Amino acid sequence: MDTREKLDAFQKRIDNDEKIEPKDWMPDRYRKQLIRMMSQHAHSEIVGMLPEGNWITRAPSLERKLVLLAKVQDEAGHGLYLYSSTETLGARRQELVEDYIYGTAKYSSIFNYPTLTYADICVIGWLVDGAAIVNQTMLAKSSYGPYARANIRICREESFHKKQGYEMLAKMAAGTPEQRRMAQDAVNRWWWPTLMMFGPPDDESPNSAELIRWKVKTKTNDELRQSYVDQMVMEAEAIGIKLPDPELKYNNNTGHWDFGEIPWDEFWNVIKGNGPMNRERIKARRKAYEEGAWVREAAMEYARKKQLREEKAS
Amino acid sequence: MSKSNSKPISHYQNEWPLWEVFYQPGNGKPFEHAGSVHAPDAEMALQNARDTYARRNEGIAIWVVPTDQITATTPEDSEAFFDPAGNKPYRHPQFYSTPRAVKKRK
Repeated sequence: MDTREKLDAFQKRIDNDEKIEPKDWMPDRYRKQLIRMMSQHAHSEIVGMLPEGNWITRAPSLERKLVLLAKVQDEAGHGLYLYSSTETLGARRQELVEDYIYGTAKYSSIFNYPTLTYADICVIGWLVDGAAIVNQTMLAKSSYGPYARANIRICREESFHKKQGYEMLAKMAAGTPEQRRMAQDAVNRWWWPTLMMFGPPDDESPNSAELIRWKVKTKTNDELRQSYVDQMVMEAEAIGIKLPDPELKYNNNTGHWDFGEIPWDEFWNVIKGNGPMNRERIKARRKAYEEGAWVREAAMEYARKKQLREEKAS
Repeated sequence: MSKSNSKPISHYQNEWPLWEVFYQPGNGKPFEHAGSVHAPDAEMALQNARDTYARRNEGIAIWVVPTDQITATTPEDSEAFFDPAGNKPYRHPQFYSTPRAVKKRK
């Protein structure tokens, strides 16, 4: 039972910036919110391999193939760090995975957009991973110890993702007219969806206040979005890329860049499952899960027989 | 779980067991907890641990331990459990004084 005294004592620990560890007492709702949020984060990393995996065989050189392979493998690793920390809350891995492949669990809407050209791979590194870093740097200070530690690990690797993307895009933006067109076209398509990655505006984000009170998050969606915009305006300018927002303007009073209205209708539509790639993504994940079932089973059986043999021999 | 159409029957007994992963970050360093992996046996647990937690040489050695084999203190008991160490200041060097002359010579 979540009694008033227990809840107050818990809040006091949070207010003192203590970390909450798996076996510590926590409100039922804190646990539920964490499982929801952390497993969504894990699913996003896993599904995030698909748009990039799409270009591994067609990356323009051996070096680019190696880099992309390493990056996609990292995304798998990030998913696993996060599933591992979600399991510390008593959730089962298989249940989490199946709730997303066959159930209603969500993942980041950004991965429901297609990667049409190789420039999209550059832009995913720069913008998508850039946005992810802003979010995960905040989550590295989360009140739940295992989640904070998973995010620290992720952030370390994510900066490689972002830098390789930014460097490739800079090269493309300084290349032939056709390459420049490709680079700009990809930025035009990805800019607004990356702004949506931070979630709905604060006044329409029902979970925010609670998550901030518990220091699961330490900044609001709009605060994170603003710091992302401020950073990206500078980085775009440095490589001669134009961000597709005519209303972007430096605000002398706030010290921040003002930006135009985000197409939220599109965001809600993609969340509902109507994005360009929603069906394709879930189909690919189901296929991998179901076609891998016999491998998981065979490995388990092999381990069982090996153990039997060892027991007999001794 | 809800609205499944082609969902296979889920058997948790088929879920690979969970292992805790510890790694040694460098020569002479103590082992640290990294996280956990699922694997059918110890050998694959080591391989999975390497692929998950040591893609950039984060560790020079890895331990894997079946999660259910770890015995740990509980937060409810920890106060009483660690209490005996709480009132023994004489176990610390700060408890003792040194003549001023000796201090100066450092």
